[in-house]
Formats: sequence, C-alpha cells, structure tokens
Amino acid sequence: MSAASGLPAGQPTAVDNGAQIARRRQRQEWWISLPSVLWLLAFFLTPTLIVLAITFKPADPYGNIGAGWTLDTIRSLGNPNYPSIVWRTIWISVVATVICLVTAVPFGYYMARAPEKRKALLVMLVMVPFWTSFLIRIFAWKVLLHPEGYIHRFLRLFGIVNEGDLLLYNPEAVLLVLVYTYLPFAILPVYAAAEKFDFHLFEAALDLGCNRFSAFSRVFLPSIRRALVTAALVVFIPALGSYVIPDIVGGNASEMIGNKIAQRTFIDRNLPHAAGLAGILTLSTVIPMLIVLGVQRRQARVTVPRRKRGAT
Amino acid sequence: MAAFLELRGVTKKFGDFTALNDVSLEIRRGEIFSLLGPSGCGKTTLLRVCAGFEQPDAGRVILDGHDITDLPPNRRRLNTIFQSYALFPHLTVRENIAFGLRVARRPAAEIKREVGQTLALMQLEEHADKRPALLSGGQKQRVAVARALINKPEILLLDEPLAALDLKLRQRMLVELDNIHDEVGITFIFVTHDQGEAMSISDRIAVMHEGRVEQIGTAAEIYEAPRTSFVAAFIGDTNFFDGQVLGPDTNPDYCQLAIEGFTDIISFNDKRLPTGQLAHLSIRPEKFRISRNPPPPDPFLNRISGTVEEIIYQGTHTNFWVRAGEYRVAVRQPHSRFKLDQEIITWKDAVWLSWHADDGCMLEQYRADDESLLSLPDPDDAHPAPGGTTGTTPPAASGRQRGIAT
Repeated sequence: MSAASGLPAGQPTAVDNGAQIARRRQRQEWWISLPSVLWLLAFFLTPTLIVLAITFKPADPYGNIGAGWTLDTIRSLGNPNYPSIVWRTIWISVVATVICLVTAVPFGYYMARAPEKRKALLVMLVMVPFWTSFLIRIFAWKVLLHPEGYIHRFLRLFGIVNEGDLLLYNPEAVLLVLVYTYLPFAILPVYAAAEKFDFHLFEAALDLGCNRFSAFSRVFLPSIRRALVTAALVVFIPALGSYVIPDIVGGNASEMIGNKIAQRTFIDRNLPHAAGLAGILTLSTVIPMLIVLGVQRRQARVTVPRRKRGAT
Repeated sequence: MAAFLELRGVTKKFGDFTALNDVSLEIRRGEIFSLLGPSGCGKTTLLRVCAGFEQPDAGRVILDGHDITDLPPNRRRLNTIFQSYALFPHLTVRENIAFGLRVARRPAAEIKREVGQTLALMQLEEHADKRPALLSGGQKQRVAVARALINKPEILLLDEPLAALDLKLRQRMLVELDNIHDEVGITFIFVTHDQGEAMSISDRIAVMHEGRVEQIGTAAEIYEAPRTSFVAAFIGDTNFFDGQVLGPDTNPDYCQLAIEGFTDIISFNDKRLPTGQLAHLSIRPEKFRISRNPPPPDPFLNRISGTVEEIIYQGTHTNFWVRAGEYRVAVRQPHSRFKLDQEIITWKDAVWLSWHADDGCMLEQYRADDESLLSLPDPDDAHPAPGGTTGTTPPAASGRQRGIAT
C-alpha cells in the first residue's frame, strides 16, 4: 500500500498510523476499564454463578448445602404454585413500568420546559422522597391505606370505597407502592433527555404540518427513546426483584418471586430451592436486557455506517 | 403590486421588553425580502410571528388576502428554515425530507417520487440514507431547504440560514439560495444581521431597529438615501458631521448648513429639515474627493481642508484618515487606474476634501443615549480602516473614539 500511495517503502502510511493509534487507544481503554471488569467479575458474575451452581446441590435438613449434585431442585421448581407467582411478578412489574413511563414522560417534558427556577424546585421535589428511609415510606403507605387511614377515610367520604373494603394486601396496593417508589427513577432519565432535546425540532415539526400531539409522538418521543429504554429498565428490573413492598403492603394473593425466595431461605431453610428461584429471576431480568441491547445495537448500526464505528 | 403577505400594526412584548413595536409592512409575491438589523432588533420575532410560533399582542398577519393571525403554524402554508436547521436527528436525510408529506398522509408512491426529485434538485442523492449528524454544514442546510420546499409553501422563511457556515461556504450557499429562488419562484423572507448577505440577495430590505422598521427599500435606496441616522450607520460606513440648518438655499431642495470648523456647507435636503434643526450630515467615505490642490469653485461643491493622518493602501482602493477641524474623516479613494489616477498623497500632507451637495445625506440627530449605535464596531481598534461607523467625534468633547453623536 505504500507503493500505491507513492511513499518510500517502510514508512507507515496514514492508514497504518490510524490503525495503530486506534489499537493503542483500545489497549489504553482496556486498562482503564479493568477495575470495573474485576469488580463485576468478583462481586457480580462469580456470586451469580455460585447461586446457579447451588441449585444443583441437595439441601440438608439443617439448612445447609449438602454434598454431591442433584436435579431435585429443578424438579421441585415444577411446583404448580410457581407459574402463577412468576406470572404475577411479571405482570405487576410490566404494569408498574408502563404506569411509570406514562407518568414520567409528560412530567419530564414539563420539567424540561419549566423556567429555570421552577425546574430546580421540581427536581428537588422528585428527589425529596429519597431523604426518608425506604422502609419508613413503605410503612407510611400502610398507614395511609389502612381502613382507619386518611386515604381510606377520604375515599369513604365520596362513597368510592365501603367500610369493609380493604385497600391493603392486594396486588393493586403492591402496584401502587411500586409505582410510587420507582417513579422518580423513571422521571430523572426522561427529564435529562428532555432537557437536552432541542425544542426547535418541535417547532420544525409544527412548521411541517404536525399538530402538537403528532409533533410529540413523531419527534419528541423518538428523540428521547434511549431515555425511555433506560427508564423502563430502571423500573422493570427492581420491580421484578421486589421483596419488601409485596411483603409489607401485599397479602398472600400478591406474593412475588422475591417473597418466595425469602420464604425458602429463612423459613424453609432450603437454600438450593431459593437459589433455583433466584436463577429464574436472574434469567427473567437478563433476557429483556439482552433484547434491549440487541435492539439498540441494530439501531446504532443504522445510525452510523460501519467504517465510522470502527474509528470511534 | 398588491401585497402578498401583509403585516398590520404588529406588536409583540416579552414581559417589559417590546420586541416588535407597531410594525407594518407589505411583502410582494415572489420577491426576496430581507429583514436586516442588529441582534435584538426584533427581526427573528417578526419571522416567528409570520410562521405562527409567536402570537402578536396586537396587529394582524394577512397572507394573500386571508387573515392568518390566529392559525397555528401547521395550518399556515409557510415553511421555515431554522438557524440551527432543526433537522430531526433520528431520521435519515430522506426521511427528514419526506416528513412534511408523511404528516400530510400523501400516498407512498407520490412521497417516493417527490422526495426523489427533491433529492436530485438539491444534489443530496448520495447522502439520502445518512443521518444529519454525519452531514457537513452546507449539506445540512440543503436538507433543511429541501425539507421545507417539498411542501410547496407559499412563502419560505429563512432565519439567519447562513450564520452557522464559514465565510466561503456562506457565499456559495447565498448564490445557491438565489438560484433556488429563481427556480421555484416562491417568496423568500430572509432574516439576517449581515448587510452584505441582505444587499446581495434581496429585492427589498427592511432595516429594523429596536422593534421598529426604520426603512424599507432596495439595497441602493437604503445605502444611498438612508431615512434615519441608524440606517446610515448600520448599512456600510459613513462619516457623521453635527450641524444645524441655517436656512434653505435658493433652490428649496438644498440648504445651508452650519458645521463647526467648516464654512459654506450646502447639502441636499430631501427631508426638508426646517431652519434651526440640529442635523447629522452623513457622507460615505467613497463620496469624497481628496486632492492637494483646492478643487475648482462650484456652488454645489463643498470643500474642507485637513491633514492626512493615516493611509492604508488596499489594492482596489486606499483608505485615508484626514484630520479636519474636530473631525477625523474617513475617505476611500478607489483606484480605477494604476497609481495614475491620483497625485501621490503622503502622511502629514495638507489636503482638500470635497464632495458634491447631492452626496451628503441630511438626517435628524439621534439620541446620544442610543446604546445599540455606540456598540457598533469600533473603527479605531486594530484596523483604522473605515469599517463600521467612522469616527468624527470632536476629541475634546468626549473621551469616546466611537464617532457617534455625543
């Protein structure tokens, strides 16, 4: 190639140089990411593999892990109760995610468009709940929803609920508190993306014939789609694994996988069984994430042609 | 010719700030009409009122006989080229251009055909499937123009469309825009702060200042016959002399003018400024003749004497700075022949400046507190060449070397 470029032999061409620089940069970047790779290996991947491995160990009567290998746990996961619990876990998480997104998008949009001063106030209001302990906030909901609590009494005033109705200990209560808990996590990425959104694009859409609604759906939503994916994952994944919320405001009919894992670990003292359930939970988180990653990668390919990607 | 787009008494306030103050103007079908003025003069607000992004507090916008003041932007047959282009980053060039047709739910085959034609017209075919992030500034601009034109708007609104481009590209795109205008024949409203852009592309120009239209006219009209001191100072370079009308000449089109340090000044007085009125006499640098010998007497030729302080040879012309009384006068002497068309004048030479009474422009004095005029480029820093408004301030009167009324 040096002959073609007319340079003396042995002298690297610009192409060579570029490739070399890219390689060196890649090596440097690898060193920079080494600590986090080690961290993930030691504290995430290894424990996950250990937990998965425990699934194939027998349980001993004292709550320890027995010697040898067995498929007993896998067989017992066929327990007819489980599919309904897994199903409930998934639909509660999906509905919570959808409600959070549907609420977060207009709220994040409004925050981004608010005047600077009000913006700061709104961000603070979103963050304020984090200043109170998570547990205390969940218990507070229990107090509010209790038959003698304010919400129950308020709704009774308007005849929406009757004396004997329970607002607590059902899937809807779990859903309500899940949305309450994870909504800020959904709002923040949407707000961050909406803040960066160039609202001239909105005007351009109006200019090209959109009404406000179609400008919103054709231009604003696609522009913040990454934030929407982030927000969805940030709500969906913790919701799948939630344990405290269904434990406190949920009843028997609203158990989620998290509750079953806790029950198997602390009450039944059957660690392999708990590990098996945890494995199901892990898979059900990893699979949607892989799907999302795949979709994003495909979109990235459409956005940036191949040669460009190699260089950056 | 009847007005195609008409603004009647449009006023727009943002809080205490009056962006548009009772603006009325008429734009003709098919012309390139420029809104020219310094930043904050209201030109962009005026464009946004036309596009429908801003609702005027008072006044009406009438397009082709129909009142469109209350129509939302999507129901107006106008399209805008934004300063930042506002291309949709999540769509390819092709999809960006097709956007308006898709929103209008036109049949797919028609969209495909129209987009193909537009891509060809704007020479964007090879970039059709790229995202805007991968385009150069000039390409982005062509996409923005294509995206607007495909909707066949009645009027194309261009908001500083060249501001984001570098100088070379700006000149090329200006020619391109002009060609597109000739080709599609629709009305262009062009917002710019650059007088060069405005003068080279426009059929007519509205010079705006502090929310008002100061003057509407062709490039030559606003340059040669500015109606206000602001227009004279903003368009091109000029010298201002402070004077007072002594009285009309025998010909009432002319008047005698008292300017401190000079005698027998006569000027064309098209505005019929009355006797006793304080006035600015604005004279463009190229209107002066400079010579070492006194020019022959002529009742319409004004003559003043001075000393050359500075000479800058620029090839096509030479800029002189001449001290005449209290004024430092900028003079531009064009060279039509190689060094032969003039006597050699050097530093410290005593010279005569002369100009014809018709070449001065009498203007009402503007307020000394007009900050936007004082912030015009200072000719005395870096390049003492006549650039911006040139200095004629009596040095003793004020420490400012800015040259605007003190």
